[in-house]
Amino acid sequence: MNNDFPALRIKGLTKAYGNGFQALKGVDLDVMPGEFFALLGPNGAGKSTIIGIISSLVRKTTGSVAVFGQDIDKDFARAKKDVGVVPQEFNFNQFEKVFDIVVTQAGYYGLPRKVAEERAEKYLRRLDLWDKQDQRSRMLSGGMKRRLMIARALVHEPRLLILDEPTAGVDIELRRSLWDFLREINAQGTTIILTTHYLEEAESLCRRIAIIDQGTITQNTTTRELLAQLDKEVFVIDTQEALTTCPQLDGYAVELIGSHSFEVVVEKGQSLNDLFLPLTEQGIRVTSLRNKANRLEELFLSMVSSGSESQTTTLKELAQ
Amino acid sequence: MSPREQWIAFMTLMVKEIRRFTRIWQQTLLPPAITIALYFVIFGTLIGPRIGSMSGFTYMEFVVPGLIMLAVITNSFGNVVSSFFGSKFAGNIEELLVSPTPNYIILSGYVLGGVTRGLTVGLIVTLLSLFFTKLHIQHFGVTIAVVILTSVLFSLAGLINAVFAKNFDDISIIPTFVLTPLTYLGGVFYSVSLLPEFWQKVSLLNPVLYMVNAFRYGLLGVSDIEVGTAFLMLSFVIAGLFLFAMHLLKNGKNLRS
Repeated sequence: MNNDFPALRIKGLTKAYGNGFQALKGVDLDVMPGEFFALLGPNGAGKSTIIGIISSLVRKTTGSVAVFGQDIDKDFARAKKDVGVVPQEFNFNQFEKVFDIVVTQAGYYGLPRKVAEERAEKYLRRLDLWDKQDQRSRMLSGGMKRRLMIARALVHEPRLLILDEPTAGVDIELRRSLWDFLREINAQGTTIILTTHYLEEAESLCRRIAIIDQGTITQNTTTRELLAQLDKEVFVIDTQEALTTCPQLDGYAVELIGSHSFEVVVEKGQSLNDLFLPLTEQGIRVTSLRNKANRLEELFLSMVSSGSESQTTTLKELAQ
Repeated sequence: MSPREQWIAFMTLMVKEIRRFTRIWQQTLLPPAITIALYFVIFGTLIGPRIGSMSGFTYMEFVVPGLIMLAVITNSFGNVVSSFFGSKFAGNIEELLVSPTPNYIILSGYVLGGVTRGLTVGLIVTLLSLFFTKLHIQHFGVTIAVVILTSVLFSLAGLINAVFAKNFDDISIIPTFVLTPLTYLGGVFYSVSLLPEFWQKVSLLNPVLYMVNAFRYGLLGVSDIEVGTAFLMLSFVIAGLFLFAMHLLKNGKNLRS
């Protein structure tokens, strides 16, 4: 086990396509073993290109990539054994049976048939697909197909799992169950990198977040530090009594948004505690308090207002 | 990958390929059997007796080796080109490409799948021919070696076609405009000794002529060309196609961006 090395080390990675498009402009990135890492960026930012290079589907132009210390230029086959990839698009044979797809993939990694069948059963059960094992994959629902791709990527038990927008188009219930599953395998030691458009997903799951924009990493920090950059947050407060006028809260911007709720802007350095005393003095009883929007989205939107035009477009896309 | 792991990957791919064409046997095994049976009926039974003997054999006896080779060639090529291009088109070729399976295993797996189908159809056609004529194999080793090498050659060619193909039209152009003329003019239905001298020499440029005649030599003991030359040509072309296919896979031509 090469746990002394980063699970993934990318240095000076560039990719120029034949048409001249520069998809990556010198990406440096370290993901440590056991991390749950998010790679965020709008469409065309370079996320899938990075994943493609790690999985060998895209040829890099310059730079280096190492998986658990294994340079892909020196022994890609060995590096590949440590990587499982869940692509964005369904890319399994629609006419094959669910069980066969997973077992065949195990065979490509050199796993004996018996081990392959045991692993296939293990992951199909864990992903609630065991009762579909004999079905042709085209008969599965979208969510099931997504889970099938995860089972297929895990069958050789990689130490690094890369998921390219794993919950795109998946309903909320399934998304939550996938999150629980990913948390579980991460807790068991699998390093996970995911790209997502759902910022809530990144905030909920990942301890570190990198933001890539136009082929360059613009942020690479812990989720906590990223959120600490928030200048202000907007909270929605629901009240027991009907409100006829906007509550008076000195130092806070307040806006009435309904008969039983109002918004309050809490800036960096201000405390939520200071809200409640004046509300109590005004005879207002609070029944609930929540963030108006996902905090990462707020961060992006706040960056939008101060950023360049190109950044604005990028972050708006991210916040969608 | 260790040799054992590579063997497992190879077997996985080959078994998958065999399962693919046996699962759809109505499209892969039945049609060539019916087509070749019709050839037997029309050229062998109905027209053959009017043609008379060729190279000292009845026309039916003469045409059987050619028709077996016709079936082997088209099915070996067709299996690999459709399977590999289908995987590329649907995206599931990525299952293989992201795995540590070496390129030569990928190539071997697809080729062996093509060879298995080519030989299976060849066997079916051979059995069907027994309803029309008797076969006395003159040189068993030559017969088996030629049919296997021919099948390998056209399986490799099928994979190369599939790598270059960008749409379904591209996988029908070569069979229609190259493979069919070469096969039909490759001595399947006639002895090149019937042709004027100029066209005999032109025919020598056709690689299928060597395969068909070497196979006919194995079955009947007669050939328009030197069997040794046929083996040399087969080995040379197979080596060339193998190296070219490996080069394409290594560079990820139309497979990796």
